[in-house]
Amino acid sequence: MIRINIIFLLFLFSMQSYANIIVSSNSDIKTIKQAVEIAKDGETILIKEGLYEESDIVIEKSLKIIGEDEAVIKAKDGNKVFIINSDNVLIKNLTIKDMKTSYIEDISAIKINNSNSVIIENNTLINTFFGIYAANCTNLIIRDNNIISNAVEQSSSANGIHLWKCKNILVENNHVEKHRDGIYFEFVKNSLIKNNYSKLNLRYGLHFMFSDNNRYYKNRFEDNGAGVAVMYSNNIEMIENDFVENWGTNAYGLLLKEIKDSKINNNLFKTNTIGIFGESVIRCQFEHNDFMNNGWALKFISSSEQNNFLYNNFIGNTFDLATNKNSISYNVFKNNYWSSYNGYDLNKDGIGDKPHKPVDLFSTVISDSPVAIILLRSMFVDMMNFAEKIVPVITPAGLEDLEPMMKEIKHD
Amino acid sequence: MWKILKYSFIDLFRSKWILSYLFFFFIVSEGLIYFNGNLSKSVASLMNIILFLCSLIGIMFGTIYYYNSKEFIQLILAQPLKRSSIFIGHYLGMNLSLVSAFVIGTGLPFLLNGVIFSDFADSFVLLLLIGVFLTSIFSAISYYISLKSENRIAGFGLSIFIWLFFAVIYDGLLMVALLYFEDYPLDKFSLIAIMFNPIDISRILILLKLDISAMMGYSGAVFSKFFGTYLGMSISMLMLMLWSLVPIIFINKSAKSKDF
Repeated sequence: MIRINIIFLLFLFSMQSYANIIVSSNSDIKTIKQAVEIAKDGETILIKEGLYEESDIVIEKSLKIIGEDEAVIKAKDGNKVFIINSDNVLIKNLTIKDMKTSYIEDISAIKINNSNSVIIENNTLINTFFGIYAANCTNLIIRDNNIISNAVEQSSSANGIHLWKCKNILVENNHVEKHRDGIYFEFVKNSLIKNNYSKLNLRYGLHFMFSDNNRYYKNRFEDNGAGVAVMYSNNIEMIENDFVENWGTNAYGLLLKEIKDSKINNNLFKTNTIGIFGESVIRCQFEHNDFMNNGWALKFISSSEQNNFLYNNFIGNTFDLATNKNSISYNVFKNNYWSSYNGYDLNKDGIGDKPHKPVDLFSTVISDSPVAIILLRSMFVDMMNFAEKIVPVITPAGLEDLEPMMKEIKHD
Repeated sequence: MWKILKYSFIDLFRSKWILSYLFFFFIVSEGLIYFNGNLSKSVASLMNIILFLCSLIGIMFGTIYYYNSKEFIQLILAQPLKRSSIFIGHYLGMNLSLVSAFVIGTGLPFLLNGVIFSDFADSFVLLLLIGVFLTSIFSAISYYISLKSENRIAGFGLSIFIWLFFAVIYDGLLMVALLYFEDYPLDKFSLIAIMFNPIDISRILILLKLDISAMMGYSGAVFSKFFGTYLGMSISMLMLMLWSLVPIIFINKSAKSKDF
């Protein structure tokens, strides 16, 4: 009985019963385009292994397009491959490659226009100009994709995942490499970006503008041209992300510009030229972040106000904090651990008895005259900083951590 | 010259001062590795100690050693020997003992902890090289100063002042200049200014190996571009060599015409 069952199952599998249409080089339907044309609404198309040279496959109905392993689509003449104009579409397990560079058109491997509930899953996009380009969509899921290009210069390259005017998007577990911007968001709302890995992109690992109410969880941004840029947005949550090794003359782990009411918690900033660069950052929470071995851990322009910096670790940064000029900014620094703190704790409650001033004289000097960085770590500078610490004259008086922690904070 | 070099080297290397100097560096670098547990950080902390100590010890030891062995020199001068070989041999012997004490004292702990096999091997070698240069430069300067001044107190004071000038005052003046002229492009000026201070050259060279992230800021880029290239590297090495050669030439010149 069992044997019969197994045979029956095998029979079922070999029938590929879940696919309505099978595309293969030795079946009647040899091209995906043909399959899409004859398929009815709601049907499934299975693409057998093989190399298909196609482009401009326009999908106007609800379809599931699933590739077998080794199903590779090479863009014909380097043109765009899938154009999705309808709801409820699934594209899965495909490899799409070799698009051309265009300065006029936004050529992309998968383009999604005005659609609802589209799933792009487990695809590999190699040397695509734009990887996935979605405009005016809702309820998209972009998951487990490998998007790798070979961008050389910004003007002739494009973004890995590019979303414009979308809502309720999930971008999860993607690997984006060597594009202009790894992940680009503009006018995107209520979305979740989770577990992505974006590295070696020419400009930003993640770039988003005018995108409110989004959440970024557990992403890793590594060695991108200028790090991650978050601009003109409100109510952003950035939690447990890693910003690592964004080095360069004008690079930062995270650039915040015109951000309000956001949370930046439990992130790691390691060996960046600037950990967080803030301009007009207002009413934001920075809690339980680790800043390690950065050039500047924080660099905030004085237009940033009412931010709270609590329970962060500042370890081994060349400068912990730099601001311009001596304005009182109503930013609160409290209960952080500063490896450069040299106070004491007489009552042994784990909190230093003496306030810590994170802005030292030399970082003030450098914001006035950047060339003076050439005197970094010189004995004169050490003496000057020491004298300033004892009798503050120039450094911002109000800017201090009143209750610095004595030991590195363990985040849970 | 070689004979005098050999005698003063052997004489000094048996003295407890040089041995304690060696021992001090040994303890410091071993301690830094032990407490940091991290070779790159130990190299960074060692940098400050080397910039500070090698120059200071060089300056002090140069004066003290010259004044202490004045009688010996006068005795040797009675022999049929060339003056230049006496003084230069004497100086080189002292310098060699200081240098070898430094190299052994600093190098041994790092070698024992396997720095050769780590990624910091090159910055460590650079560190040693810079220590050697600083020792030679400052001991030569102080030797020349004491040769010039008969008065011990004046010679010693001047030597200390020279050290203070290069270690602290020079940077202070440079910073004042940079702040005062901040409206002008100062990249080239500061590069050139750095070249006239051996301590600054050494500091920047090591810094670029270790603190790149901060130096990479917009204006730091100019410096890392310069010092990162072979040209910049060789120019700064050349300057260090020049700095160690020029005082020797002066010693030679003044030794020839000095009355005893």
